[in-house]
Amino acid sequence: MDAVQPVVKKPLLSLGAKKTIIGYIFIAPFILGFFIWFLGPTLYSAYLSMTQWNLISPAKFVGLGNFQHMLDDKLLGQALKVTVIYTLISVPLGLVLGFLLALLMNTKVRGIRLFRTIYYLPSIVPAVANAVLWAWIFNTEYGLLNVILRFFGVSKIAWLIDTRYALPAIILMGLWGVGGGMIIYLAGLQGIPAVYYEAAEIDGAGRIQQLFNITIPLMSPVLFFNLIMGIIGSFQVFTAGYLLTNGGPENTTLFFVLYLYRNAFQYLNMGYAAALGWLLFFIILALTLIVFRYIGKNVYYEEAR
Amino acid sequence: MATIQKSISNADEEVWQDKPRFSYWRVFIWALLLLGAAMMFMPFLWMLSSSLKAEQSVFQYPPQLVPDPVMWSNYVEALVYKPFGTYIRNTLFLVAVNLVAVLVMSSFVAYGFARLRFPGRDAWFVVVLATMMMPYYVLMVPIFIMFTRLGWIDTYLPLTVPAFFGGGAFNIFLMRQFFRSIPTELSDAAVIDGCNEFQIYWTIMMPLAKPALVSIAILSFLFTWNDFLGPLLYIKSPDLFTVSIGLAGFRSIMRSRWDLLMAASSAMTIPVVALFFAAQRYFFESGGITLTGLK
Repeated sequence: MDAVQPVVKKPLLSLGAKKTIIGYIFIAPFILGFFIWFLGPTLYSAYLSMTQWNLISPAKFVGLGNFQHMLDDKLLGQALKVTVIYTLISVPLGLVLGFLLALLMNTKVRGIRLFRTIYYLPSIVPAVANAVLWAWIFNTEYGLLNVILRFFGVSKIAWLIDTRYALPAIILMGLWGVGGGMIIYLAGLQGIPAVYYEAAEIDGAGRIQQLFNITIPLMSPVLFFNLIMGIIGSFQVFTAGYLLTNGGPENTTLFFVLYLYRNAFQYLNMGYAAALGWLLFFIILALTLIVFRYIGKNVYYEEAR
Repeated sequence: MATIQKSISNADEEVWQDKPRFSYWRVFIWALLLLGAAMMFMPFLWMLSSSLKAEQSVFQYPPQLVPDPVMWSNYVEALVYKPFGTYIRNTLFLVAVNLVAVLVMSSFVAYGFARLRFPGRDAWFVVVLATMMMPYYVLMVPIFIMFTRLGWIDTYLPLTVPAFFGGGAFNIFLMRQFFRSIPTELSDAAVIDGCNEFQIYWTIMMPLAKPALVSIAILSFLFTWNDFLGPLLYIKSPDLFTVSIGLAGFRSIMRSRWDLLMAASSAMTIPVVALFFAAQRYFFESGGITLTGLK
């Protein structure tokens, strides 16, 4: 080319440099956002976590004082307890129920489309409308749940007022949205080639054997993904605890991030709230690593096709 | 991704192609599904039915399932008691601004990651994935203080400006996956015709990316319409309220007017359900889209 067109002026930039510049122009919005909304706040948060500050008087540097304070913070202990119990119950329950529902949705029975819609819809109800609706469902005197229980002869339960029932009530409310996970499993199930089942049938494998030897192994990456996302999500439950019970009764629904929110915006302990944010980060990191270590090894990955 | 989406839409047809055979197994599954569906649908019925009852008939036992009289006026009363019209308009404004930002910015950035080669690209993409892992609550306090310093509290700036910086890591990720599935021949041909990368992005790739853009638009709508924490932190004046904090405020002053509370809750839910029925396919495909992240 060069020999044929000797008159072409040497470009200001080499082709490679030009490509690099264009590439960075495209990703520049993200890079800018990364520095402004991510890296900056992360560093700032690390600094804040070592201060005592109420937004008004000047910040006081306290080193690791906030983290030391956590050890004697009884409410923090309560918040962790509530969040861990919630996670231990709602995540496995949601996983199993969502998966079972997806299995049912994957069968060829009449009206399956309508069923799929009905099971999925609750998962898109706006969080605030959802909380108001369930406050009414859990109403002790006239709520739907107690009306149904009364029909079966069970006496009234003060769902959101009784310390034994408030957290189970919020777990129940969360399970109503199980269709969101179901739809992911369903997509996974429908991606399993039918030939696997046909071959298994020829070999004489029954339904249960097919489930445990084909479906579950092939679905394990999806189940594993949802397990991790479920844990991360359940540590960040806010709206339900804030609107339905406001942490009560007797702090039995004081979720971790609700406690963080209160420290920041009600008690104006900005430094302590930032430190709690970092505690949350390390808890989620540790749980993710543990889950990867002990459950991740059982996940079956297909050979790359 | 294409195969998963195809298999979802095919599955429906297969159901009907399959001759209905009778078996106890099928009847059992069907009964189970019906029972579950009744349980899932009950709260919706309860919400709608309560929203149409007279003030006192919500407290009846046994409860009326079909309200008598049907109080359509509850909706009017609930929505004018607090200026829900303003809240809805405010929320739609936020939805529109975020929609434009998310669609344009995430596809623009994703094009760079998916279709261009340059040093540092893959390292930056790892950064995109890493930011997705960070819990929002770690950054909530410092970002709040930043906005306070900027004097942005009680404006819409904290709820709109961030979307213009890349449109969200998850959306970038989704768009990149989509762009990568488009054959390079198309853009090669455009290069020969003298298009530069910006023209290829806007005139060739964007029209092709419509399915992915619709999915992202839906996710963005749902996020902004449903968002509670953002407005709770940043909006103080009632005339700037969104539907979610408006409804939460309505709840705190209306302790026992469940008829009106259910009318307002229904009013917030109905647009979401309507969107679902208008774009059902895209909602269900979001399951498939999530899956592609695992491959």
